[in-house]
Amino acid sequence: MRWYLKLLPILFILLIWQIASVLINNAFILPQPLSVAAVLSNPTADILGSGSIFDNAILSIWRVILGFGLAVLCAVPFGIIIGRYRLIEELVNPVIQLFRPIPPLAWVPLALAWFKIGLASIVFIIFIGSFFPVLINTIDGVRRVNRTWIETAAIYGAKGWKLLAYVILPASAPIIWTGLRVGFGVAWMCVVAAEMLPGTTSGIGYLIMYSYNWGQVQVIVAGMIVIGVIGIGVDVVFRAVEKRKFQWQEMNR
Amino acid sequence: MTVTISRVGKVFASRQGEPLIVLDDLSLTIEKSELVCILGPSGCGKTTLLRMIAGLDHTTSGVIDVDGVAVTGPDPRIAMIFQEYSLYPWRTVRANVEFGLQMRGIPPEERREIVDRNIRLVGLEDFAMSYPYELSGGMRQRVAVARALATDPAVLLMDEPFGALDAQTRNRMQKELLRIWEKTKKTIIFITHSVDEAVFLADRIVVLSPRPGRVDVIYDVNILRPRDRTSVEFAKLRRDVLELIDRLEERQ
Ligand SMILES: Nc1ncnc2c1ncn2[C@@H]1O[C@H](COP(=O)(O)OP(=O)(O)OP(=O)(O)O)[C@@H](O)[C@H]1O
Ligand SMILES: [Mg+2]
Repeated sequence: MRWYLKLLPILFILLIWQIASVLINNAFILPQPLSVAAVLSNPTADILGSGSIFDNAILSIWRVILGFGLAVLCAVPFGIIIGRYRLIEELVNPVIQLFRPIPPLAWVPLALAWFKIGLASIVFIIFIGSFFPVLINTIDGVRRVNRTWIETAAIYGAKGWKLLAYVILPASAPIIWTGLRVGFGVAWMCVVAAEMLPGTTSGIGYLIMYSYNWGQVQVIVAGMIVIGVIGIGVDVVFRAVEKRKFQWQEMNR
Repeated sequence: MTVTISRVGKVFASRQGEPLIVLDDLSLTIEKSELVCILGPSGCGKTTLLRMIAGLDHTTSGVIDVDGVAVTGPDPRIAMIFQEYSLYPWRTVRANVEFGLQMRGIPPEERREIVDRNIRLVGLEDFAMSYPYELSGGMRQRVAVARALATDPAVLLMDEPFGALDAQTRNRMQKELLRIWEKTKKTIIFITHSVDEAVFLADRIVVLSPRPGRVDVIYDVNILRPRDRTSVEFAKLRRDVLELIDRLEERQ
């Protein structure tokens, strides 16, 4: 499909939005697209003394990198161990299944009790949110490594870290990568939600909440658009890497 | 190297009751530089036997040794080519051929020359930088052969390596294998379902009986190479072996 055709639905939504905002005629309920565009066109401008959209977005991204990075550093090695050893899997699987369905935001009160309001509790919530998708995919990826690949490696004397680095990791990388992509998506949602908690003083989620208190609905909408665009942007990068690096998986019947 | 299989038995514990006796008291000696083909009904334990020679499975009883040294696990003197597709799809042809050398810790400069030589040996120079998914079935098996040869094993185990190929490709691969074998003088143990293939390739054909597998008959193939499939002696041996296998299958 031609790329500009993909823009049609977006233009359509803009049109509906424009019509609706004229009909409603109340900027506190639905601001006009142009007023939102005005906010977006000047992303480095300070908003009501709480910093610019750009600065707050950078701050949110930084928090996600911390929380998501920690989650990956823990979940991938842990997932490899669980995926490699049946016994450990049977041992920890009930625990994983128990914790997995708890939504990250249900951890908020505990996070506040443990870390108080601030960076640590936000990072903790992001960590919890992205840990499980990464863990589950890593376990799955490692478990699904073709047995013949491992036995071929055994034939050529591969053991220990060499087996891990040259066979198990590359073979499970596509599935682990999917876990990272999903995990990042969750992390991004978590940071925005966590920043809306009372007591937070920065971040794109905070900016949205703050603008709500001041009736700046056009900033709210602009913030939402920024959140969406960053989310898509990262996802596109993940998918591009997937396509380049893991092409073999789809081609491999 | 000489591979000696003495009184080997293999029993699998099955979940539903009775243990499964796959091989029973099987003895066989394969001489240095010999090309032996193993035939037998499906499920008689051919793959199991090969896996035990390769050190991937343990024998339940008996011993397998190579030049007098017992096989207890994967062994650098032995390489195996699997029945199913075993290339690493994320590696190029070159990198696949290089794999064994890399695992054995051979330095990169040394690897390059060995890899080039073996890729040339199987005639894939033009595909060195291709990925397995870009190759045909026959080319993939040639990569697997090159990968095995690169580590210079004395014994090459091949489990129906050409089973999935069409008749023409298969014939070409057989000729290539003979050429490589005559050049490298490896000991080759080759499993096949095709009597034709066995008669074409083998110095000796070993026919296993239905489960529990043991050596039923051994044929010495004294037909001069290159063998002519249309010759009378070729046809006669092929008929004899086929008849025997038919009888074995009826007994099953
Ligand atoms: N790991 C295992 N556990 C239990 N049973 C097994 C195992 N591996 C093989 N078997 C059984 O051992 C028997 C022999 O299997 P094997 O794969 O050696 O046969 P084969 O002669 O190679 O057959 P084919 O010609 O079809 O490849 C089969 O009945 C199979 O079900
Ligand atoms: Mg088999």
